[in-house]
Amino acid sequence: MSYLVLDGLSKSYGKVPALRDFSLTVEKGDIFALVGPDGAGKTTALRIVCQLIVADAGRVFLDGHNLAERFDALKSILGYMPQTFSLYQDLSVEENLIFFGGMYGVTGEAYRARRDYLYGFSNLGPFADRRAGALSGGMKQKLALSCALMHDPHLLILDEPTTGVDPLSRRQFWEILLHFRSQGTTIVVSTPYMDEVARADHAAFMFGGRRLSVGTPSDLAAQFDGQVLFLDLEPSSTLIDKLNTIDGLSARRFGSAMHLYIAKDQSPARFAGPLASLGIDTTLIRPASPSLEDRFIQLMETGA
Amino acid sequence: MQRIKFIARKELYHILRDPRSLMIVFAMPVMMTFLYGYAINMDIEHVTLAVVDQDKTADSRDLVSRFYNSGYFDRPAVAPDLSDIEQLFRSGRAAAVLIVRPGFGSALTRHEKFDLGLVIDGADASLGAAVQAYTTALVNQYQIDKLPIGTHPPGVFISRQVLYNPDLKSSHFFVPGLLGVILMTISALLTSITIAREKETGTLEQLLTTPVTAREILIGKLLPYVVIAFLDGALIVTFATLMFDVPFVGSHLLLVLFGFIYVATALSLGILISSVTKTQQVAMMLAQTTTLLPAVMLSGFIFAIRNMPVPLQAISYIVPARYFVRIIRGIMLKGASIEVLAAQAAALVGLMVLFMFLAARKFSTRIG
Repeated sequence: MSYLVLDGLSKSYGKVPALRDFSLTVEKGDIFALVGPDGAGKTTALRIVCQLIVADAGRVFLDGHNLAERFDALKSILGYMPQTFSLYQDLSVEENLIFFGGMYGVTGEAYRARRDYLYGFSNLGPFADRRAGALSGGMKQKLALSCALMHDPHLLILDEPTTGVDPLSRRQFWEILLHFRSQGTTIVVSTPYMDEVARADHAAFMFGGRRLSVGTPSDLAAQFDGQVLFLDLEPSSTLIDKLNTIDGLSARRFGSAMHLYIAKDQSPARFAGPLASLGIDTTLIRPASPSLEDRFIQLMETGA
Repeated sequence: MQRIKFIARKELYHILRDPRSLMIVFAMPVMMTFLYGYAINMDIEHVTLAVVDQDKTADSRDLVSRFYNSGYFDRPAVAPDLSDIEQLFRSGRAAAVLIVRPGFGSALTRHEKFDLGLVIDGADASLGAAVQAYTTALVNQYQIDKLPIGTHPPGVFISRQVLYNPDLKSSHFFVPGLLGVILMTISALLTSITIAREKETGTLEQLLTTPVTAREILIGKLLPYVVIAFLDGALIVTFATLMFDVPFVGSHLLLVLFGFIYVATALSLGILISSVTKTQQVAMMLAQTTTLLPAVMLSGFIFAIRNMPVPLQAISYIVPARYFVRIIRGIMLKGASIEVLAAQAAALVGLMVLFMFLAARKFSTRIG
């Protein structure tokens, strides 16, 4: 059996479904990413795993145990970092670490050793006496991660840990995650950022409380149904609207350029005429491999 | 067990670093003691006193002028009709009437006993008591001044008659009860926000995924507040005894002991409130309504419990202030011993256990 199994989870808030028959398997030692926009059900799924909310239906298994039944025993191998900053803002960096260490029974010499080890990654040592509320966004997230790692958990659950954090801090944060993955920690992380998904071992696309697709990042992207052409031209909404009038072709902004999508069995040459008639230099077009974002948008449009 | 220590220490940091909590902790009880105590122990400056001088001697005029020059009493604005004192009181034109019957001057020179008449509007109990006390003091001073040094005052007595409220209660009677009410309100308020705050700021979400148990959280949160509420109690007892000159005839140690039990009970109620509410604001409102009104109305602080309708008497059994008002009055005014008060203390311990038990049951380990 897989290390973490989510089996047919459903949850509604009143009449609003937040999670619909959601299943997932996470292998030991993997980084597993849950990807989707706000309202996709990521937080609900992670909170159910942490037993913070009760699912209307479905079960969660951790290492073969029904999590709901054995949660008190399993708490000590679980580390959780909620979406909103959930440490004590009026406590200093070190006081927060001491407190959460204490909650897990990591005290005294064991605590100091662990603290110094974690400072080595977070670089929060010089800020040990600073109140958590006075830290920058990136430092807050690193502190929250450190608190969740105080007891060396086997399973780490992170709910959008890098949302609203600057790119440099995001990269540092992921380097810490990759380190603990190499130490054998299983990590489930939700994120709205596609570039982070590429660093995960496996990922699931989520939308509207459903799992749209699951696999390795490269598999997920390769599941794209059709061909992608890269158009190296500054995108504008009027130009995209014009491109979308071409039968059998759709266009989307891709960074500072555009992606054109055509069916798998179509020859790109067929569109040379219509594109040229819009005044587009067809030499700027070249074949491209589909990105995770391409596939995700396709799934959202066809699956939802 | 060790986790309780960590929770308690964290809670102490919160209190010490939050100016709002500190305000509640130290400024509010003193302010409440001052305001309530002052309102009850009303200063009697400028009480309108009407005088019926039937003696009409130099001595009687001297006595009357001493009353008006004392600063405590004022002459009525218009010369009152003294034939109907009740009407005088109802219309509010005077709060007391001093009657000097004929023979006052001669009794004084002959060193004979004499009774002065004093009619007090007892509708305001504490005012009436104060008027009586001040009148007695003035008359005594008058005699001491009038008679040769060394002469034993023959005793001019004041025959008082109190309309509407024959059993004048001393304001001393109120102050110890007041301390019970204030301690209740403040203590419950202190703990009522502790869990609600963690729900509001989201810190509970993190805490609940750690191995800490509901019971450890509740006890850990209670402990530092027991110390703080106790210090508060010591502060307002000291403040009140200094300010209102309340007697303290019993054992300080006993009050310390029972005070600890009482604040722990009040704090447990706050913990219970906190575990069933989601926001600090609702928690604070609930703490106010469940403590202040019952503590004032159903504790025997003002109204005797035995005179209440039976359903209210029944409710009063779960009002912790009911037990403490008896304890603190017993200790401060009567010097009651531990045997006399043990039953009250046992009831408080029972309530504390009940509140904590309910809090642990109602405390949800889920969010949302």
